[in-house]
Amino acid sequence: MTAGAHIPDTQLGDHLQVGTHSLASRLIVGTGKYASYELMGEALALSGTDCITVAVRRERLVDARGQNILDFLDTSRYTLLPNTAGCFSAEDAVRVARLGREILFGLENPGADWVKLEVLADTKTLLPDPVATLQATELLVADGFQVLCYTSDDPIVARRLKQAGATSVMPAGSPIGSGQGILNPNNIRICLEYLKDGDPDYPVIVDAGVGTASDVTIAMELGVDGVLLNTGIAHATDPLQMALAMKAGIEAGRLAYLAGRIPKKLYATASSPETGTIAPKPR
Amino acid sequence: MKILVNGTPREVPETTTVADLLSQLEMTASHVAVEVNLELVPRARHHEFQLREADRLEVVTLVGGG
Repeated sequence: MTAGAHIPDTQLGDHLQVGTHSLASRLIVGTGKYASYELMGEALALSGTDCITVAVRRERLVDARGQNILDFLDTSRYTLLPNTAGCFSAEDAVRVARLGREILFGLENPGADWVKLEVLADTKTLLPDPVATLQATELLVADGFQVLCYTSDDPIVARRLKQAGATSVMPAGSPIGSGQGILNPNNIRICLEYLKDGDPDYPVIVDAGVGTASDVTIAMELGVDGVLLNTGIAHATDPLQMALAMKAGIEAGRLAYLAGRIPKKLYATASSPETGTIAPKPR
Repeated sequence: MKILVNGTPREVPETTTVADLLSQLEMTASHVAVEVNLELVPRARHHEFQLREADRLEVVTLVGGG
């Protein structure tokens, strides 16, 4: 038997399909909070991602260093996913989404037709405003966007967002930048059950809260289609090593999910034959 | 005439277009998007879009984000 025969077909050419976008990596990485643009570029490359998020902000009228992130990104290599981070109303989120689309059209980047929708409710928790997120989803879908919704892990809200036309629902594992990992795996499980009911290919992506590689693996083992993270790499002591760890974590989790884990049991089951032992068993 | 660019007052000549303003600000047109009074002005219209007294502009670009 050749080594290749051990690789399940599903793993060959495994990719993340989100609407019309086909991504080679199941890891989506943010571009914020790096110590330098050079470090960001290296970390993105090591993470194996081919999709990166960006934010839309006022151009500084006077920039002493004159640096723009676009001078440090190979936009032919990455599909950009513009976000609406920093918006606290549906109206502002729609404005920011349109501005992001305009810039990406100018760059001729394939990401011009989608948006990571983020409508926040307060600055302390950065938790999403579910009502405004739903309103913004409806408005953006009507405007032709493929909408990837950042939301809490509430399965009912997740289902409403899908019904409103979201291309992907992206429940948070825990608050943005908190590094707490997947706090409520049961809610993620229910989100998956509801969102994939009769629609197994519907993409569900865990967005936010990832602190380290095992968090990514746990999310993928639950059966989500991808993970979006930023701070976990950008603020690691060594972002480059962490980028490699996150890449390994996503692959491990995906493979383990496809492989199918053994059920958990209370008592032990021997791995070695129980018959033919030379030692007597205790009573 | 006086306009507001990213929240900062700015004096510009009467016949200034969006394209003129970006040029004055030495901004790379392909790196920015422009909104005038909350409405997006598509890049194709930058050359013909005349600014008016008290217009409020947002000139945005991409930055790192998650």
